[in-house]
Amino acid sequence: MDVKHVAKLANLPLKPGEEDKFAKQFADTLKTVDVINELDTSKVEPTSQVTGLTNVTREDKIDKNRIIKVGDYFKVPSIFNAQ
Amino acid sequence: MLNKFTLTEALEGLKSKKFTSVELVQACLDQIKKLNPKLNAFLAINEKALTEAKNADISKPLGGIPIAVKDNFLTMGMPTTASSKVLEGYLPQYESTVTRKLKDAGAIIIGKTNMDAWAHGSSTETSDFGPTLNPWNTGHLPGGSSGGSAAAVAADMCIAAIGSETAGSIRQPAAWCGVTGFKPTYGRVSRYGVVAMASSTDSPGPITKTVEDAALIAQIIAGHDPYDATSSPSHVPNLAPSTKHLAPLRIGIAKEYLVGQSKSVVLEAAEQFKELGHKVSEISLLDPKYSIGVYTIVQRSEVSSNLARYDGIRFGHDRSFFGDEAKRRIMLGTYALSSGYYDQYYTKAQKVRTLIIKDFEQAFKKFDLIIGPTSPGPALKVGASIDSPMFGELEDMLLEPSSIAGLTSISVPCGFVDGLPIGLQITGPQFAEKLVFQAAFSYQQATTWHVQKPQLS
Repeated sequence: MDVKHVAKLANLPLKPGEEDKFAKQFADTLKTVDVINELDTSKVEPTSQVTGLTNVTREDKIDKNRIIKVGDYFKVPSIFNAQ
Repeated sequence: MLNKFTLTEALEGLKSKKFTSVELVQACLDQIKKLNPKLNAFLAINEKALTEAKNADISKPLGGIPIAVKDNFLTMGMPTTASSKVLEGYLPQYESTVTRKLKDAGAIIIGKTNMDAWAHGSSTETSDFGPTLNPWNTGHLPGGSSGGSAAAVAADMCIAAIGSETAGSIRQPAAWCGVTGFKPTYGRVSRYGVVAMASSTDSPGPITKTVEDAALIAQIIAGHDPYDATSSPSHVPNLAPSTKHLAPLRIGIAKEYLVGQSKSVVLEAAEQFKELGHKVSEISLLDPKYSIGVYTIVQRSEVSSNLARYDGIRFGHDRSFFGDEAKRRIMLGTYALSSGYYDQYYTKAQKVRTLIIKDFEQAFKKFDLIIGPTSPGPALKVGASIDSPMFGELEDMLLEPSSIAGLTSISVPCGFVDGLPIGLQITGPQFAEKLVFQAAFSYQQATTWHVQKPQLS
């Protein structure tokens, strides 16, 4: 693993000596992780979450009385207008 | 000695006016004052605790009860650091759902407890504010990441505590400190206002002196939360275990999990379940080594994403304040998600995650519950996690599978090895909290391991 490049991607400053130290530790960790390749997953779907819930949304509540129509548009309070 | 009471006893005492909330809180504060310099379980004490006790409404379900909360729960008016120097001095702008529910139920947050920084670890040794020590033997670790909460309960510095678990962070410190630790089904308890670690497995839960106490707190903190889209809308049943005789259960004990010094103690616990009339038989589950691999990849990946927000602008200090463990996890996760490696690591791990879930689904067709050791052995010595980047994964190898699958589980004390407590985990399918509590309660009714206390001076 290119530790310097990954540190850059992660926006983490490295102290002197950390590059070598982490490189060795990452190599050990990745070796432990590699066991998952022993399992055949060619016909398995990935799981990203376990809740079984899909498309969790809340109901939009619009107070139609407060909409000020201007032609085909509607007006909202200004955000950036200072005066 | 009011601080020694269980939650159930303390509630009874308050309601029958045997003592007041002020006396109860004072007893806990005295114990904290006496033992915290030695154990380092608390990072902050609520200075208003006695005032809140004075005004406590004891008609509420947790009225006047002092509860310790892990420092990764946002608490208005109290600093929240997740034991990281990045967040040193940070004061939350809002309240976590769990602590809001506790406060609404009348509880008093007595203080914030030490943990592994960002919950990254299983020793509380990666805390940027020094390790917590095990009340049973201060030469040993309390486990983690909720080590401060577990030690605080074991040392009677509070009546009960809150922890959070991503893969073992409630059950393992509970086991090592000889207390009860409950991990709810993922989604049963809201994650809103909990400093995010691995969002697809983070589960807040109680650490208590008994199973009955854990069920009581779980009842209060569980339930759907519109602020957490992954929280379950399903109904929360009455979780209180009853003393009624439990119908015979089919309990599986996984031979792959019977490792280390915990093995013989846990086999005795299995005998106890047989004596209670249950059928205990051996099952085979996927080797936990695959869960170590999946968890390492998935957790690091989610960490790298969640901790990207700590840029020194919106919260606390800049990224140079991260400790070694956080740096390692962020970088490994960044690597696993980076272009060219995403499929090799992240997608592969997610596929194996599916296999682990299916493995449990098969097991729960034949068994109601699965038991096993919480940890391979008792608490390790202080210093054991230093320079061991995979310490947590190896100590939690028996807990990662159930966390990856989002199951519910509890750890209860089941014996001792070399004077240190051993935990028994009882795991059920998703949303089987009631059954898990019931089985664990019947075990505690028949045994006295949970009543043992460390010798503290």
